[in-house]
Amino acid sequence: MKQKYSIFSIVRNAIGYHEGWQEAWRSPDPKAHYDMIIVGAGGHGLGTAYYLAKECGVRNVAVLEKDWLGGGNTGRNTTICRSNYLWDESAALYDHSVDLWHGLSRELNFNVMYSPRGLIHLAHSVHDIQEIGRRGNSNYLNGIDAEYLTPEQVKQWVPFINLNTRYPVMGGLLQRRAGTARHDAVAWGYARGADALGVDIIQNCEVTGFRIEENVVKGVETSRGFIGANKVGCVVAGHCSVLAEKAGFRLPIESFSLQALVSESIKPKIDCVVMSNGIHAYISQSDKGELVIGAGSDPYNSYSQRGGFDLIEETVGAVVELYPIFSRMRMLRQWGGVVDVTVDRSPILSKTPVKNLYFNCGWGTGGFKATPGSAHVFAHSLAGEDMHPVAAPFSIDRFNTGALVDEGAAAAVAH
Amino acid sequence: MLIVTCPWCGQREVTEFGYGGEAHIARPENPEQLSDEEWGDYVFFRKNPRGVHYERWVHTHGCRRWFNAVRHTVTDEFFGSYKPGEAPPTVPVSKG
Repeated sequence: MKQKYSIFSIVRNAIGYHEGWQEAWRSPDPKAHYDMIIVGAGGHGLGTAYYLAKECGVRNVAVLEKDWLGGGNTGRNTTICRSNYLWDESAALYDHSVDLWHGLSRELNFNVMYSPRGLIHLAHSVHDIQEIGRRGNSNYLNGIDAEYLTPEQVKQWVPFINLNTRYPVMGGLLQRRAGTARHDAVAWGYARGADALGVDIIQNCEVTGFRIEENVVKGVETSRGFIGANKVGCVVAGHCSVLAEKAGFRLPIESFSLQALVSESIKPKIDCVVMSNGIHAYISQSDKGELVIGAGSDPYNSYSQRGGFDLIEETVGAVVELYPIFSRMRMLRQWGGVVDVTVDRSPILSKTPVKNLYFNCGWGTGGFKATPGSAHVFAHSLAGEDMHPVAAPFSIDRFNTGALVDEGAAAAVAH
Repeated sequence: MLIVTCPWCGQREVTEFGYGGEAHIARPENPEQLSDEEWGDYVFFRKNPRGVHYERWVHTHGCRRWFNAVRHTVTDEFFGSYKPGEAPPTVPVSKG
């Protein structure tokens, strides 16, 4: 029985000199066979296992992770959650996520520090104005909150912003329900919740191949031996092409390095998220006080988990142009993640040419925001015969039929 | 910064270049006969290897000519650049 985290458990454990805390999840040895195996213990993978056990009644589940859980893109993003995407299909998927974000801490009994603090997309040109106008109206029709801001209203939200930059701020699109969450806590909360329901989370267990008989997947070869499964779901972000190759097919995906950086901690200064697609600067402030800054992705394919300094220079230049007040701050650390980018900037949640092998990938530069929704609909897709209705439009088949879900503008990161 | 070698101009910084993705994808000879799957495969599906990658670059802010290069996608080590129509350089077996 898992301990429930509460004010009472803190008091009880404080009296006991904090020696009574349980481990948050076990580290079991893999069994010979599972009903379902999830490859990749990031937020999406752990969440999938959690919803499989919680809502679909599938508890004989393993999550395999080659490193440590939450150490990939879940631990490398800029923690932004929003749902102001253009198309109906995307709106359904991303807004499902925002709905789940709102109750997630209570659902998991783990504080994921979801903070719907408001998010502003800045517009710097007539084209930007038209884009946010179109997208805002589209959001409005889909029941997603969107407000148009004049430059003066932007200034009210961020009083120290410089509106008269080289490309002046001409307006903004505000989503009040958007915000940030604590990225690591999302992985930890889902891991703890899934483990409590009987899911085996097996770290340091790399999948090296698939056992496929008559085009049906029978299990995975791993660094800890063969593990059988009725169904396998791959949720490995940047390395999805590597796994697909082992299963014998290709994906419409290329992997790039996307960088982010954080500053030294300062007192609370910016209480919303501000993104600028036009000059490419997006920024928020963490609860620790660091400015969290998203940079661009390198233009060339990469699995290096680091990126070029020229992109950092460009991003920091844009940040200083918009917020001269930050010009003398120092950056504490910088890192890169391997993002799996599709041409239409929409994800792939799909069956594959191999029966009972599913992929959830292609989230590119914006997967974190979708963690709960992606995990939820992917779990239901794995448990049933057909893909979940919200996931269905994101089939890999769309690259053959031409029914792309073009979110190039809403995806926000310039590629 | 990544240093890219243009076969005409020599070594330059990556910011002078544009990137063209996977190299040696031949345009279909009889496009009107292709099925949707074959078109999709040609337009969208890529090898995206973790390792040696044959790729196209264009020296946008230089001679503006296209060329191919071989690069390792984890280490960023280049194994050579070559002009269109030339044979790719050999990659050391230990690096493959």
